Amino acid sequence: MVASATSLGRSGLHDWIIQRVTAVVLAGYVIYLTAFIVSAGGLTFAVWQTLFAQLWFKIFSLLAVASLCFHAWIGMWIVTTDYIKPTGMRMIVQVLIILACFAFLIWGAQILWSV
Amino acid sequence: MKIKFSIYRYNPETDKKPRMQDYDLEVEEGSDMMVLEALIKLKEQDPTLTFRRSCREGVCGSDGVNMNGKNGLACITPLSAVKGSKITIRPLPGLPVIRDLVVDMAQFYRQYEKVRPYLINNEEPPARERLQSPEDRAKLDGLYECILCACCSTACPSFWWNPDKFVGPSGLLQAYRFLIDSRDTETDSRLSDLDDAYSVFRCRGIMNCVSVCPKGLNPTQAIGHIRSMLLQKGV
Ligand code: SF4
Ligand code: SF4
Ligand code: FES
Repeated sequence: MVASATSLGRSGLHDWIIQRVTAVVLAGYVIYLTAFIVSAGGLTFAVWQTLFAQLWFKIFSLLAVASLCFHAWIGMWIVTTDYIKPTGMRMIVQVLIILACFAFLIWGAQILWSV
Repeated sequence: MKIKFSIYRYNPETDKKPRMQDYDLEVEEGSDMMVLEALIKLKEQDPTLTFRRSCREGVCGSDGVNMNGKNGLACITPLSAVKGSKITIRPLPGLPVIRDLVVDMAQFYRQYEKVRPYLINNEEPPARERLQSPEDRAKLDGLYECILCACCSTACPSFWWNPDKFVGPSGLLQAYRFLIDSRDTETDSRLSDLDDAYSVFRCRGIMNCVSVCPKGLNPTQAIGHIRSMLLQKGV
């Protein structure tokens, strides 16, 4: 069994489940948003603001942003462990990706709650 | 009918780097032969050409090679089945080359060893033998037939990138063969050994393994079963 320090989950199965669950959340969000835009007809600022002013939609949006971050973390971790061989380089890239994920998560929350 | 071959040549003792060498082989019009037979005839032309073979009937698994980009056993692949005007033969991809078409299989066997490919049963052995119902025995079909030719694992991109950590389709097929064996008592510890980010989960479902297996086995399905077993244990 190989230990992994920079992966998100505790085990292969853990990563795998997180990857699946976050994919479902993202799919749900994209489908809902597309349906909303299509059914809203003209998308005015007012319509857009009302949508994002609802608490449940803020939570849903934040959940989607978090899912995107975790999904990207796991996915990019896999890509880096496949394609970047030198350990130092691999670690730097992985840490940058993880930091970027957190930064986007915080930024996303800040935007959502400023509406 | 003249058939053109282009064959990978490399002798680490004398060559700086590998090269492709062209050969022509006269084959009687309207007749066919196996790639292995052609290789043996080419070796008569050029005795330095090196490859492995033994049973010449798809049983021993020693002559896995890459023919026009697809892995397979030379002894059961007819020339007519290899498409293209020229037949290009290379060693199995991703493994170190010892010479010409002969590769070093150590890494492949190391993964095989890792899955403990033998029955473990800690209970007192019965007087005669450990019995198995016909239904339980049937679960091993499609698994026990693997001849360890490495065609699948060396066609798998995940194995190319992480041959030291990803068990690979062949090893995982064997792992499942013992996970599902009703006589084996080490199911839990076998599963724990596999639950890291690489051993099983590096499989991306590309299914190259299924498309090349000369025995028609389905490692991807076995990997799916292992994943379900891990899931059942883990939630
Ligand atoms: S299905 Fe999995 S094991 Fe088979 S070739 Fe693809 S990645 Fe490799
Ligand atoms: S699963 Fe098929 S291709 Fe893979 S080693 Fe076994 S026989 Fe060869
Ligand atoms: S020579 Fe034995 S499998 Fe081809």
